[in-house]
Amino acid sequence: MQPSDAGSLWDALTDSGQLAHSSLRSATARITVKDLAERSSLRGHLGELRDRTVLITTRSQLATALALIELDGIARRVILYPGEAPREHLPFVIATGAADAVVCDQEGSQAASFGVGCIVTCDEALTTASHPRGRQRQTEWVLLTSGTTGLPKLTVHTLASLTAAITARRQSNANDTVWSTFYDIRRYGGLQIFLRALLGGASLILPSSQEPVSDFLRRVGAEGVTHISGTPSHWRRALMSPMAHKLDPQYVRLSGEIVDQGILDNLHAAYPNATIVHAFASTEAGVGFEVRDGLAGFPAEILGKQDNGAEIKIEDGSLRIRSARTALCYLGDKSAKLVDRNGFIDTGDLAELRGDRYYFVGRRDGVINVGGAKVHPEEIEEVLNRHPQVQMALARGRKSPITGAIVVADVVLKSADNDSDTRDIMALKQELIEACRRALAAYKVPAAIYIVPSLEVTTSGKLARAGA
Amino acid sequence: MISQFERVAKEKKVKLSPLTDDLVLLESGLDSLSFAIIVARLEDELGVDPFSADEDLEIPIRFIDFVRIYEDATK
Repeated sequence: MQPSDAGSLWDALTDSGQLAHSSLRSATARITVKDLAERSSLRGHLGELRDRTVLITTRSQLATALALIELDGIARRVILYPGEAPREHLPFVIATGAADAVVCDQEGSQAASFGVGCIVTCDEALTTASHPRGRQRQTEWVLLTSGTTGLPKLTVHTLASLTAAITARRQSNANDTVWSTFYDIRRYGGLQIFLRALLGGASLILPSSQEPVSDFLRRVGAEGVTHISGTPSHWRRALMSPMAHKLDPQYVRLSGEIVDQGILDNLHAAYPNATIVHAFASTEAGVGFEVRDGLAGFPAEILGKQDNGAEIKIEDGSLRIRSARTALCYLGDKSAKLVDRNGFIDTGDLAELRGDRYYFVGRRDGVINVGGAKVHPEEIEEVLNRHPQVQMALARGRKSPITGAIVVADVVLKSADNDSDTRDIMALKQELIEACRRALAAYKVPAAIYIVPSLEVTTSGKLARAGA
Repeated sequence: MISQFERVAKEKKVKLSPLTDDLVLLESGLDSLSFAIIVARLEDELGVDPFSADEDLEIPIRFIDFVRIYEDATK
C-alpha cells in the first residue's frame, strides 16, 4: 500500500486490515500496528500536538517510530533528531525548524530545557487512548544532514517524497518478510527501511540504543530477519563479529557510502543465498538507483530516465538526479538551493567512466564520508588554524578499508617553526590532535597529521581540494 | 602493532582488553573508527595497507587474524 497525496501513514497502514499484523521490535518491546489502534505511545497527548511543529528526540528508535505513525497527518511538521546527534545542537535545530513542541522519552523530559511550551513524553509502552488519526493535513518530515559549519542542515520531505521510491506492493508472503537495518531510522537510509517495511506489511527489527553489534546480530538472527540494510562500514563491522553467521538473509542492501568490490565479495561469501543490492541515495536527492549485478560502480546504461521515474545524468563529472523523491527545500538557510532550474539536484558525488561502468571517486566539495557520516573539511581546518603555530591546514579523506575513509590533515607551519626538531614536531602533532578531540566529534578528529612545506591554492584563492 | 593498539586506546580513553590471540577485535574495547586509525598509522609506519592492497581479503575477527594479515603482507 502506497500513501497517496491524500493519505497519512496511519491511513496507509489501516486501509488494509492485513497490514495491522506487521510489528516493530526493539530489544525490549514488540508492538504491532494493530496495538496502536486504540492505544498510544504519547500517553494520550496526541491532541496537544495537532498542527504543531514537533521535534522528536528519544533514545529508543522504536519510540520515535511509534510517534511518527501517530503524528503524520496531525502535526504540521515533525523534526527527527538522531540518537547520536550532539545534544548541544538541539537549540539550533529547535530555532531553525521553528519547533513549538518536543516529544522525548522520560529521561529527556526530566532534563527538559528545550525552551518550548509543549513537551510530551513518549515511550515503548502504550497506554489506552483514542484520538482521531489519519490525514488532517500534510505533515512535513524534516531530516538533519551535515552542513559546512558543523551545524546540521534541516531538509524538508513529505511522506509522498519519502515513499516515492517504494514500489514493492504488499505481497502474499509479506508476513514472512522481516526487515532490519543498522541505520538509525532518523537518518534517511534508516527511514527508508522503516517505511518500506511498514508499507510492505513486513516486520522490522530496530537496533536499541548502545546495543553492541554482536548482541544486535544475535537478536537479528534469532528474529529470522530476511532483509537487512546498512552502509558498507556497518557491514564491515558486522563481518568482524563472530555473530555475523547467525544471520541468513535473503536480501542484503548497502547505501550511504561508496561500495567497493571487496565488501560486495565478502558479503557474497558470508551470505551466498542473499541477493546483494547497492543503492545510491542521499537525504537531499532521495533514492537514485539500485545496482543488482554484484559489481561495484554502476552501468552507464543507467543514465537517462529509469523505470522508477528518476532521471540520472552526469554533468561536470558529478551525478545529478531529478525525481519525485528529492527533498522540497532546506529550512533556515534561504540561500541554499536544492535543485537547478531544470529540477536536478547536483549530488556533488564525482563519478568516473571506466569501460561501460561509472565508479564514484569522491566529492567535489572535499566532503569526507567516514562510515556514512559526512565531514566537511572546513570544520576541522578551522580548529587547526586556531593553533598559533599553524599557518594553514587542509583536512582531507584518506581511503580506509574499515570506515571507507578517515580524516587526515596536511598542515603548513609558520615559517619560524619549520626548523623545529623531530621531538617538537611529534609533540605538536599530538597537541593538534588533542585540540581537535576537544572541539569535534570523534569521527572528525584527524587520524594523522602531516607537516607539509606548502599547500596548493587555486587561482580563486581557495585551497585546492582533490576528490576525497 | 601492540603499541598502536595501546596508543589508540589511550587517545580514546578506553580500557583495552589483553591482546591475546583469540581476542575478538570488536570486544577489545576499540570501535571500528579506532581500527581505521590503527590501519592508517600502521601504513605510515610499515608502508603497507594489506586491506587496500587486496580488496578480497577476508575481514579479521580475532586479534590473531589481524596479526597474520600483516605478517603475510610484510613477508
